[in-house]
Amino acid sequence: MKMKMPKNKLAGLQKRKAISGYLFIAPFIIGFLVFMVKPFFQSLWMSFCTVTLGSGEFTSTPIGLDNYKNAFTVDPEYSRLLVEEMGRMMAYTIAIIVFSFFMALILNQKFRGRALVRAVFFLPVILSSGVILGLESNNQLMAQLAQTIEDTTSNISITGALEDVLRTSGVGVRAFDTLFEIIDHIYDVALASGIQIIIFLSGLQTISSSMYEAADIEGCTKWESLWKITFPMISSLFLVNWIYTVIDFSMRSDNEVIKKIQKVMIDNLDYGFASAMSWIYFLLILVFIGITSLFISKRVYYYD
Amino acid sequence: MIKTKKKMVNSNGTFWERNRKSGGYLLKKKATSIAVSICRFILLFGLCFLILQPILNKISISFMTEQDLYNPIVVSIPEHFTTENYKLSAELMDYSVSIRNTFLISLSIALLQIMMCTLVGYGFARFKFPLKNFWFACVILVILIPPQTIATSLHLHFKFFDIFGIFSLINGEPINLRGSVLPYYLMSAGCMGLKNGLYIYMIRQFFRNIPGDLEEAAYVDGCGTLKTFFRIMLPEAMPILTSCFLFAFVWQWTDGFYSKMFLGTTKLLGTGLSRIVDSLGAYIQRELGVKTTISVAYSNCILATGTLMIVVPLIILYLFAQRAFVESISSSGIKM
Repeated sequence: MKMKMPKNKLAGLQKRKAISGYLFIAPFIIGFLVFMVKPFFQSLWMSFCTVTLGSGEFTSTPIGLDNYKNAFTVDPEYSRLLVEEMGRMMAYTIAIIVFSFFMALILNQKFRGRALVRAVFFLPVILSSGVILGLESNNQLMAQLAQTIEDTTSNISITGALEDVLRTSGVGVRAFDTLFEIIDHIYDVALASGIQIIIFLSGLQTISSSMYEAADIEGCTKWESLWKITFPMISSLFLVNWIYTVIDFSMRSDNEVIKKIQKVMIDNLDYGFASAMSWIYFLLILVFIGITSLFISKRVYYYD
Repeated sequence: MIKTKKKMVNSNGTFWERNRKSGGYLLKKKATSIAVSICRFILLFGLCFLILQPILNKISISFMTEQDLYNPIVVSIPEHFTTENYKLSAELMDYSVSIRNTFLISLSIALLQIMMCTLVGYGFARFKFPLKNFWFACVILVILIPPQTIATSLHLHFKFFDIFGIFSLINGEPINLRGSVLPYYLMSAGCMGLKNGLYIYMIRQFFRNIPGDLEEAAYVDGCGTLKTFFRIMLPEAMPILTSCFLFAFVWQWTDGFYSKMFLGTTKLLGTGLSRIVDSLGAYIQRELGVKTTISVAYSNCILATGTLMIVVPLIILYLFAQRAFVESISSSGIKM
């Protein structure tokens, strides 16, 4: 009896805590059940149906896998857009991670005007979001201006010359083409890496300087300590940034696949087909994130 | 001690003398550091210019008249300075109405979202309860699912809105919530708004890093769960909450997707801007009475002006709250 008393009391306390824990997350649970679960399964169900809108009601007749088959075989654009978009995502995500890592390394150094530079690099997070991003990407005036500049200077730039040399050498032309495309779009890369730079910076600042001092005394050069200390210490942030970038990229409003889905849904009112396409896209991204993050997490080093 | 040291430096003489004594090492070091900072300056200057150039370009374009746009000599400083573009864009977007709407909606939505996300984040960080991992996996799922995937059925969900058939019983038919503001507030209250999973994740991460002693001390002193939360934990978490609030506000301000889906009939800056070129066409047609095609340059000029008018309030906000934006991301200690 005497032994049981405190145990009971503890169980009661734990129970109370569990209940208040549930009360705290109740908004999420309710929201999830009402606004996520039903639409989630409904959209899954609709992807196997043809949906017809009537007055006050909509009916869905199951047609099996036809929507999925149509997405790949009948629709002229979808599979091409999907492949292009996945390729672009892969290339850009790598570029963004590398870019933001090196920018964070530079911004972590001490120099005059550092606060200003940081502020400028973070500015795109605020400015190029939502509608503005979509409008920016098809700004014809800017494109014309760029074209004019390119025509008048006619490849006297260093990068242009370098591009020509590497192209004609004929080795791995495709790889070079992707690289050049990214270099040409360095603006997009810089715009998309605001948050990632901050995350890397915060990681860099937690590495204690005594490690670098010890390495310095042992005769380590700066270059070696970058790869032997800095890189492993913030390797877990690579995973965070990778996932964040992929998600961010897949939800951008200038994404061609998303545009296509919206067009089918809003203009053609073909809800079933739109659902099927968005499910294919979602599953592909999920698989992509799963495989790549498994690959990265194998290489992540945890200090403690 | 210090005095003698100073004397020693002085006695070592000029830079060149010291350099000779060190066997050329000092010069090499100095030269490297200067070279590094010059390279760094060029690189950073270039990148900063790259980021700022579109804004500067928009500012200069927005003050040009149409004939300046076609004048090849005019590059960035307008020859005929005008503020006509601003007046026209303001009229096309219905600026005074839509900025008020946008401000009110962004503010209220952001406040609601952050309040809810704080509760949820705190619950996940500080309590042990059954199925906790399952629910947290759901949060991750919410982060991962692109809203576009479920957009289709959300669309229908609100067109024929009903909770467990209650409304059908009362009214005889489900209610159509499309075109009203209510669904979005409901969704925000349920943490399903724009990027809410991310906020929950960040806030949870922050609360997890606060030492547990603080809470225990409060419990021992007789604080209840709620009182501990409001009196001890909330003040502690103010920086991360501010920054999440700012993000929610800013992203809601420029959002196009949710606004188009739920707030279609409300005049907002985001939706107004995405339609501005079409409205320009309609406006000119109305003025002239004939259907004309607008030149690309002029419509882009109006677009640039409209973008600037949306962005300027955000830039002002950023100038004042820059520290809050940036520093609390670092302080949340995001890890995997």
